[in-house]
Amino acid sequence: MAAGVAAWLPFARAAAIGWMPVANLPMPVAPTEKNKRQDELIILNVSGRRFETWRNTLDRFPDTLLGSSEKEFFYNEETKEYFFDRDPDVFRNVLNFYRTGKLHYPRYECISSYEEELAFFGIISEIIGDCCYEEFKDRKRENAERLMDDQEDNKDAKLPNMTFRETMWRAFENPHTSTMALVFYYVTGFFIAVSVITNVVETVPCGSSPNQKEVPCGVRYTVAFFCMDTACVMIFTVEYLMRLFAAPSRYRFMRSVMSIIDVVAILPYYIGLVMTDNEDVSGAFVTLRVFRVFRIFKFSRHSQGLRILGYTLKSCASELGFLLFSLTMAIIIFATVMFYAEKGSSSSKFTSIPASFWYTIVTMTTLGYGDMVPKTIAGKIFGSICSLSGVLVIALPVPVIVSNFSRIYHQNQRADKRRAQKVQKARLARIRISKEGSSNAFLHSKRNGLFNEALEFTSSTEEEQRLTKSTSLLESQHHHLLHCLEKTTNHEFVDEQYYQQSYLEAGLQNYPSRSPSLSSQDGVTGTCCTRRSKKHHTPLPNASGPAHMQPLTHAHTHQQGLQELSTIHIQPLTTSRSSLNMRVDEPASMNCQSSQITTAIISIPTPPVTTPEGDAHLPAGPIHQNVVKVSAL
Amino acid sequence: SFPPSFPPHPCFLCFPLTDSCDGDLELSMVRHQPEGLDQLQAQTQFTRKELQSLYRGFKNECPSGLVDEETFKTIYSQFFPQGDATTYAHFLFNAFDMDRSGSIRFEDFVIGLSVLLRGSVTEKLRWAFNLYDINKDGYITKEEMMAIMTSIYDMMGRYTLPSVRDDSPYEHVEKFFQKMDRNRDGVVTIDEFIETCQKDENIMASMQLFENVI
Repeated sequence: MAAGVAAWLPFARAAAIGWMPVANLPMPVAPTEKNKRQDELIILNVSGRRFETWRNTLDRFPDTLLGSSEKEFFYNEETKEYFFDRDPDVFRNVLNFYRTGKLHYPRYECISSYEEELAFFGIISEIIGDCCYEEFKDRKRENAERLMDDQEDNKDAKLPNMTFRETMWRAFENPHTSTMALVFYYVTGFFIAVSVITNVVETVPCGSSPNQKEVPCGVRYTVAFFCMDTACVMIFTVEYLMRLFAAPSRYRFMRSVMSIIDVVAILPYYIGLVMTDNEDVSGAFVTLRVFRVFRIFKFSRHSQGLRILGYTLKSCASELGFLLFSLTMAIIIFATVMFYAEKGSSSSKFTSIPASFWYTIVTMTTLGYGDMVPKTIAGKIFGSICSLSGVLVIALPVPVIVSNFSRIYHQNQRADKRRAQKVQKARLARIRISKEGSSNAFLHSKRNGLFNEALEFTSSTEEEQRLTKSTSLLESQHHHLLHCLEKTTNHEFVDEQYYQQSYLEAGLQNYPSRSPSLSSQDGVTGTCCTRRSKKHHTPLPNASGPAHMQPLTHAHTHQQGLQELSTIHIQPLTTSRSSLNMRVDEPASMNCQSSQITTAIISIPTPPVTTPEGDAHLPAGPIHQNVVKVSAL
Repeated sequence: SFPPSFPPHPCFLCFPLTDSCDGDLELSMVRHQPEGLDQLQAQTQFTRKELQSLYRGFKNECPSGLVDEETFKTIYSQFFPQGDATTYAHFLFNAFDMDRSGSIRFEDFVIGLSVLLRGSVTEKLRWAFNLYDINKDGYITKEEMMAIMTSIYDMMGRYTLPSVRDDSPYEHVEKFFQKMDRNRDGVVTIDEFIETCQKDENIMASMQLFENVI
């Protein structure tokens, strides 16, 4: 139960007087407060700083240190205060939790010291209020990750039982693990750089004899370049095969981006080897050489930044897509307009709308090459509008994308959307658990309390102490309130499983069987009657005796309907733990614990009289068992 | 939201302090101070210390000094986690809010509590009658009683033993009227009610049940 709501419990209990006139049954006895003391101030001295609060405030949460008798261990007799040798700054939050019912987590506080204080005072950290919960969870996760990273650094020491394959894979993934891996890392990096530079230099015109045309170096030193290329491709091939061999899951490795880049980088060479003698496809072969430039992407294994850039581009796909889409729209619009505006002028370069695309793109990105310029006045007007709008269309989404990049870079460490969903689910789960908790507490204490009552019929002080030790006064008052409601409506609270269970049993009852159930019924009645006869009970005060035999017999026909059925199924219903204990022991507890409430309780009905309509009158669905108690009505 | 919509929502350009929660603004601006301690002591049967303790709890939950119906329903529902206590809380709210202002002030609260906890049995019965008489016309009709009874059964929730049937409240109301309605005119007046209750030992005993709540 929430803290502040506990203050309203007296009100709720007082308002229960509204149920009394309509109640069918007498009410249970109210739990008494053994030593009712006036609310007093208590002093909590935390490392010298004194906090004062009401005792009731602390009693709101009886399962914490301050709310239970555990704090008596810290009581200082001379100064009449409770002394705690803990951090006073964090204690402020703890005490506010008692006052307001909400636990807050201050940002400046270290997460581990805060959690230690909470653990000391017996407060679970899950009940931190929603306002501070996100922050708390973030910090906790960061802390956990930091600890995990520390552990992983220690774990990088070579494990004794790794196979050669696993060692190789680890060497490939983390170059820092061994010198061999580091060497390999640098060698491959070097060769990637060499390969890329080779491709570039190949096309540079080298000096040649004056009478000949300038030829690119690649043509001049064909052999040298070919050897260099071969060497690089061999290194890359070996590397790829080694990675393929070492990969724990080859299929997954082959599907990964990096391996595709590797393959694309070396494939042109092999295709070129195969195709050199076929002159027809040499054009295609030349195109293939373009793919050699993909070797530069192999650098992303060497650079974390490149990988993050790739990832952020992928995440910003929607913004980029929208940028592209809006640009396309604008280009088409302006190209059409320019085409029709320039149609009239002679020797216009705007020969078609697609031809105007080039002009529009160059103008909107404010490049302005000048190879296509409008000549008509209308063309110039629209051209200027085009360049102005180009600035706007491009400049607006760019800051959004940039800010996304920086945000994603930080969020790269945490999974954002998934976490938000988990927090929402966790929050709902917490609310549901706390709600179930309070109803479960009542049912739980009901069974416990009844067992306690069943053991002894005379109440003693130790009995009461045993009862109140398990539940605080507040809880017992709350349970008493719920008990009163049960009595008012003559129905009991049960938990869901029990309800389903008894629902099933009721379903089982619906097949008629003629087995005589009198004996068993008598047996049950006998037990109750014998117990009942021990107790003193006054006759019904309300002398409308014959008047309410009607409902009794009416109920009895129902009961008979049930009695015709198989005995096996009656037993679980009437001898179920809570119901039988409830019904049989109620009179016992009633009569021994209070002198005020004296009313006859007639349990299980009188010996059955078979009626013909009993059979036909089978209840379907829920059980019609409200026969057990008939009292003053 | 991620990804952010484009073009950005126009409100992004608005002055950020204007928000749309004007509904809450009204209640938090209104504040109510209760009458003095002496006057309340004169009007109720509580001692000074009890009034102080009551006010502290009240003020903690409702810093503005007023309880509106929604807050009241929320608070009351917390005591009955298995069922739905809102309808009964509504009737209870109307029983406490004597001047029909739509909110309970501390004076209403404490005067009601004084009747319930420290009043005579007749006063308590009168209070209960007032609770059942929804339209406050001095008569309890079957419909009113039916509404009250349904709301009480709603608080039990689904998982009860025996299961709450649809006509459980109706049967209960029938029993009540059989008992209370002496002249069989279909309504229960305050005199019939008080007379019948005074003759019922059970009810009289249970009226004393919550004597020591405060």
